[in-house]
Amino acid sequence: MSDVKYSKEHEWIKLEGDIATIGITKHATEMLGDIVFTELPEKGTSVEKDGTAGVVESTKAASDVYTPISGEVVDTNQAIVDDPSKINQDPENSAWFFKLKVKDKSEMESLMNKEDYDKFAKESSS
Amino acid sequence: MEIKKTSLYKLHQNNNAKFVEFAGYQMPIQYSDGIVEEHKFTRMHSGIFDVSHMGQLFIYGENNLTEDLEKIFPLDLKNLKINHSKYSFLMNDDAGIYDDLIVTKLEKGFLIILNAACKENDFKILSKLLNGKYEMLLDEKRSLIAIQGPKSVKILNNIIQGVEDLNFMSGNWFSFHDQKIYVTRSGYTGEDGFEVSILNELSEKFTKELINKGAKLIGLGARDTLRLEAGLCLYGHELNKDKTPVEANLKWAISKDRVSKGNFIGSNIITKQLNDGVSKIRVGIKPEGKIIAREKTKIFNQSDLHIGEITSGTFGPSVNGPVAMGYVENEFSNKDTKVFLEVRGKKYPANICGLPFYKKSYVKGVNK
Repeated sequence: MSDVKYSKEHEWIKLEGDIATIGITKHATEMLGDIVFTELPEKGTSVEKDGTAGVVESTKAASDVYTPISGEVVDTNQAIVDDPSKINQDPENSAWFFKLKVKDKSEMESLMNKEDYDKFAKESSS
Repeated sequence: MEIKKTSLYKLHQNNNAKFVEFAGYQMPIQYSDGIVEEHKFTRMHSGIFDVSHMGQLFIYGENNLTEDLEKIFPLDLKNLKINHSKYSFLMNDDAGIYDDLIVTKLEKGFLIILNAACKENDFKILSKLLNGKYEMLLDEKRSLIAIQGPKSVKILNNIIQGVEDLNFMSGNWFSFHDQKIYVTRSGYTGEDGFEVSILNELSEKFTKELINKGAKLIGLGARDTLRLEAGLCLYGHELNKDKTPVEANLKWAISKDRVSKGNFIGSNIITKQLNDGVSKIRVGIKPEGKIIAREKTKIFNQSDLHIGEITSGTFGPSVNGPVAMGYVENEFSNKDTKVFLEVRGKKYPANICGLPFYKKSYVKGVNK
């Protein structure tokens, strides 16, 4: 999974060709607790790097989901809207949030690899 | 100010609690199972809640104590039987609520359970009102442990024989390892259950016995979703000193007999509001879709007029959908009135509904 990168806002992004799949990390779900509501961006909308592109809510609070890269939303995962608990179960795989047609692949360069992210996540939670 | 810990702090830690500061105490918000599972476990089995941060105020005194307390609380305390409890309020002259509380009549006085965030202030107010005439003890040597849910009666009766004979809102002294504990059949989840006042030294031993019998520790997070589904108010959210019990739709807790005679703090306003009605009132609110409307969410009517605000809102795990309470202008408070909730700039449809969202299972008819 060397093609997966991570953001400081705890999103993961997997690039295949010019399509990026984005979700939130396992660490993020552990901090949030049980996710009970999800809102995703609409297909066809353009999102800007570091802009909000969705919402997840736990029983306690709402949190914005940011996109770590700019692009046009080409697909969203209805399964996690219908059953948000799927995000807690499988955050970094089947419970992806949305897919983007990437505008500028060089934006990936500022993101972290797995090793750096794990270190960052550990530090930010301690 | 140093953050306080309850006598069960270590036990919480050993059970992987996530802690949060609440009213100056380090309290468990959830354990490893998470809020949704903890909530469901309480509804199906038996949950243990450390509520030791709440105030346990013992007031002892002779004859006049009851009369003096009736000048403060809108309760018929003269006719309250020993070991019976009533929900009530400490109010200011405008009937604004300083705290909501439970008053229990004891043989030689009263036990009043106070909210953690209010207890110090309540103590000051009550000390002043009672003018040093009585012995008042805000007991820090006792912990308060709630055990809630359908299996609680069996589990607790196994440890403390006889608690199964208590009715909802009544209590008695029992003993645990030769120490006196005070048990009431009460709680704040909408489930059958008990609250146990026990010496700090024994609280961990007692809680471990409950766990051995199948009960599980439950955090404050699930306590909040449970009480909200049960339509119960939380001080600082539904209740504060700018709201009266009538506005909070809690007039059932005010003794009719006492209102007709007046003569308690705030009675003028209460009487006026009972006769003339109120402009805003607490209601249940059920969003039509999945949207969760949190505290401070604005409520609009069908003509887009701002008519009120949400005071508590979350996802109700047993209802399996969003639930909320809030205050709306009286003319929009009827059941099934359609309203709109503004969340993140968009308006979502919702309906005013009756409370509770989840049916209460209090045990009232125990034969004895």
